[in-house]
Amino acid sequence: MTAAAVPIPDHLRRASGRERRAVVDRSMRIVTLACTVIAIIPLVALLAFVTINGVAALNVDLITKPPRALGIGGGAVTAITGSIQMVALATLIAVPVGLSAGVYVSELAGHRTAGVIRFAADVLVGIPSILVGVFVFTFLVLPFKQYNAFAGSVALAVIMVPVIMRTTEEILKLVPGDLREASLALGIRRWRTVLSVAVRVGWPGILTGIMLAVARAAGETAPLIMTALGSRLLNIGDFGRPMDALPLFIYQNARQPYPALNEQAWGAAFLLLLAVLVINILVRARSLRGTSR
Amino acid sequence: MTVLLDPRRLQSRRLSRLPDRAFVGGTGAVGAGIVALLVLILVLLATNSALTWQTFGLSFVTGTVWDPVAAVYGALPFIAGTIFSSAIAIVIAAPIGLLTAIFLAEYASRRIAVPLTFIIELLAAIPSVVIGLWGVFVLGPFLKVTVESFMVDAFGWIPIFRGPAFGIGLFAAGVILAIMILPTIVTISREILVAVPPAQREAMYGLGATRWEVISHVVVPIARSGIIGAIILGLGRALGETLAVTMVIGNGQDIPRSLFDQAQTLSSKIATSFNESEVGLQTSSLIALGLILLVITIVINVVARVFVGHATAAEAGLR
Amino acid sequence: MSISRTSRVTGLSLAAALLAAACSTGGATTAPSAAPAGPIDSPTGSPASGGAAIAVPTPPSAAITLQGAGATFPAPLYQSWFDAYGGLYPNLKIDYQAVGSGAGIKAITQQTVDFGASDAPMKDADIAALPSGTTVLHIPTALGAVVVIYNLAGVATLNLDAQNVADIFLGTITNWNDPKIAANNPGVTLPDKPVLVVHRSDGSGTTNAFTSYLSAVSTDWSTKVGKGTDVKWPTGIGAKGNDGVAGGVQQNDGAVGYVELNYATQAKIPAANLKNADGAFVAASTAGVTAAANAAAASFPADNRQAPIINGPGADTYPIASYTYLLVFQDQKDAAKAQALVAFIAWALTDGQAAEEGLGYAPLPAAVQQKALATLHTVTTGGSPVWP
Repeated sequence: MTAAAVPIPDHLRRASGRERRAVVDRSMRIVTLACTVIAIIPLVALLAFVTINGVAALNVDLITKPPRALGIGGGAVTAITGSIQMVALATLIAVPVGLSAGVYVSELAGHRTAGVIRFAADVLVGIPSILVGVFVFTFLVLPFKQYNAFAGSVALAVIMVPVIMRTTEEILKLVPGDLREASLALGIRRWRTVLSVAVRVGWPGILTGIMLAVARAAGETAPLIMTALGSRLLNIGDFGRPMDALPLFIYQNARQPYPALNEQAWGAAFLLLLAVLVINILVRARSLRGTSR
Repeated sequence: MTVLLDPRRLQSRRLSRLPDRAFVGGTGAVGAGIVALLVLILVLLATNSALTWQTFGLSFVTGTVWDPVAAVYGALPFIAGTIFSSAIAIVIAAPIGLLTAIFLAEYASRRIAVPLTFIIELLAAIPSVVIGLWGVFVLGPFLKVTVESFMVDAFGWIPIFRGPAFGIGLFAAGVILAIMILPTIVTISREILVAVPPAQREAMYGLGATRWEVISHVVVPIARSGIIGAIILGLGRALGETLAVTMVIGNGQDIPRSLFDQAQTLSSKIATSFNESEVGLQTSSLIALGLILLVITIVINVVARVFVGHATAAEAGLR
Repeated sequence: MSISRTSRVTGLSLAAALLAAACSTGGATTAPSAAPAGPIDSPTGSPASGGAAIAVPTPPSAAITLQGAGATFPAPLYQSWFDAYGGLYPNLKIDYQAVGSGAGIKAITQQTVDFGASDAPMKDADIAALPSGTTVLHIPTALGAVVVIYNLAGVATLNLDAQNVADIFLGTITNWNDPKIAANNPGVTLPDKPVLVVHRSDGSGTTNAFTSYLSAVSTDWSTKVGKGTDVKWPTGIGAKGNDGVAGGVQQNDGAVGYVELNYATQAKIPAANLKNADGAFVAASTAGVTAAANAAAASFPADNRQAPIINGPGADTYPIASYTYLLVFQDQKDAAKAQALVAFIAWALTDGQAAEEGLGYAPLPAAVQQKALATLHTVTTGGSPVWP
């Protein structure tokens, strides 16, 4: 593609249409601006409603009490603790796996192998999360005849792994080759070079990927429906049994006929949104500064 | 202190090959595990839905009835709901997304473009269930009294605009999906527009072209395949999106005939029915819906990647 | 590099905070669940209600969690029972997932729970699907009414005959001002508003009772749709659980749905008066359900699998009533759980019955209560009866 390949339209050659063309240009500027505003309105509206309704629903019970029958009082402590536990375990599973795979694809694998693994990871990223839930259900719930939090964590980990892997890979690509060569030339072994030079230098970026994966996992609902199931009981540490999570709590309470429970859904949504957005803003703001082109 | 003759060092030299091999082998095994995972998902969904395929064969895909009483299962209403809701989303989000990307890449100054892009990326990070909650209590009722009632009044005589509209149904689901895929379309399109080499534009400016002429005649045509890829990636996300859609689409059982009918997508059908389904043919048929969805999204994603080229980590993180 | 170094610190501290949070909750693993061994021996045979004072067994003193899943129809009652029983025996926790009767039957069949719950008795095919050599007992716990709830501003009372209900749910009545509805509601101004049907999207005993009614009263319904826990609805939006249907009706102007009586009263959603077999329009009430149950008690089946009681005789009888059941394996694998389960159910069948009326359920007729207790006596563990 060169500039010469682009046909020059007739009207450009005529000077007479200049005024009209300027008008078109200005109107298109306004049209595109309008579209940008339209694109942002839902975000603003959503943040506003979740904040207004959510803050109104915040109280000590919401974060300290388990749910109660019939929509009289109660809270979301089961969901809050459940989310923290399941996301933490999912992170413990996903980080080593995602990191290893990313390192392998970026630093060690042959071109062909890397391509195959990268393709698989890209496809995994695109798989609807509910199918991950169905998949995990077939081998971690069905055989044990028990919905369990471990299955929920594994489902979240399956969603996190390709994200961490691809970020790791992309970040390692940006680490200058000179550093590796210098290290190898000093007689330092490959594994040490990769870990203490490449991964170390790229770590801030890799951490960004991990945190984004954590934020995504924290908001996932669909894969938990048929794995962790949700629970009205406080479950601390027993991954062999059902566990509640904030997204499940919101999904459950949004469809209740009791206004008190709808309010709890808004409160929980506010807490979830706050956590997810804080993580996103922190890491994205940092990477904006880091990579400002 | 002659380092070279230090026996410990010599020994460690020889042994140090072992950790290297273990390192490559270990990480390589994990890498292979990623591929195995994908294969395993396909295989487990296929084997666990085998009963359905044996019972109905390919007519499961074209069957229009989902009737647990008669034990007859067909996927077409849900395939239709998936395609229609995604189509509405694309019709809304593609033009808005592209024009927004053009504004951010071409018209806006960096000072404005960077924070605006950031804000739109944030939209992608909002959990689906929170968007669904907002959809049920705010967007649905709003659409019902504004856009939907207007369209029913004005075009209700056309079958696909037939009312009544309740703010819960195919159209509301399409709008929610449009909001959710907008960030994907905007951010990827913008990156591709920004990547168009400046030399191309400058040649055109040199001819006295206005900015819009440069955009419409040079930049967008060059970026076309990437933009198509971005839209297809958005489509991929719309097809598989579950929770927000489940909460607003109304869980109808039939092929929708009007924009405002209640419908059901492949993923929302699984979400609402999976835990409650009866062991055997019904569960198997729900997993078969999952297999259909899986195949559709894999195809869509592969096609999109071909258009976009190598996906960047940013996109991976964005999803 | 300096920028990335400082930012790395913030990132790490964030991750550290997250891990710390995870660890601190993980560290507390054993403490809260092990409730102090409190009132173990205090008998609960206090003859508050339930007829004759029956000495019911007590659960073991160890910390036990029972897992149950199933019907949403009795869920408010069950959850009140669990709260009350948990107050008596803090070492016993009962986790109940209100996921629908279909799911309750599925869960007990797959043995993913210690007990299931369903309003629809298991079908013969369900029983055939049980693991070989096992028997599931149906233990009735309560009766409920299925009511037709609606959301119409300004319409305080609404009379519907059987044909109206069938036409609405078939989608042949599409507007509230339909003359067929108006004929039953002289003096009521029915608004010109489209009807939005809200039905269940999940397998449901409430659906089974409601569609049994519709099939009994409408040949159109019985030929086009039929009855079951999950049917092919001709129209409307699907919602999950009784709570979902009630929520769907409450959130949509002009909506109509069907739920257990409790969901209408608790959420203050108006319910229509239905025309019963004697031709009277009756409001749903526990008295109307009790009347239906008493009329049908004589023919209560030996295996307890009583179908919904539709259009029973009597001027006060409400036309759609249904038993709801706990499903338990006759032979229990875990002796401690078995003891806890039997103790709880025995309590629910006796002392627990007093809670029913206040929550919108009808207590079991005395004969059925005796039958249920007799069934409970047949539960065994390792071959010997849990409650001899």
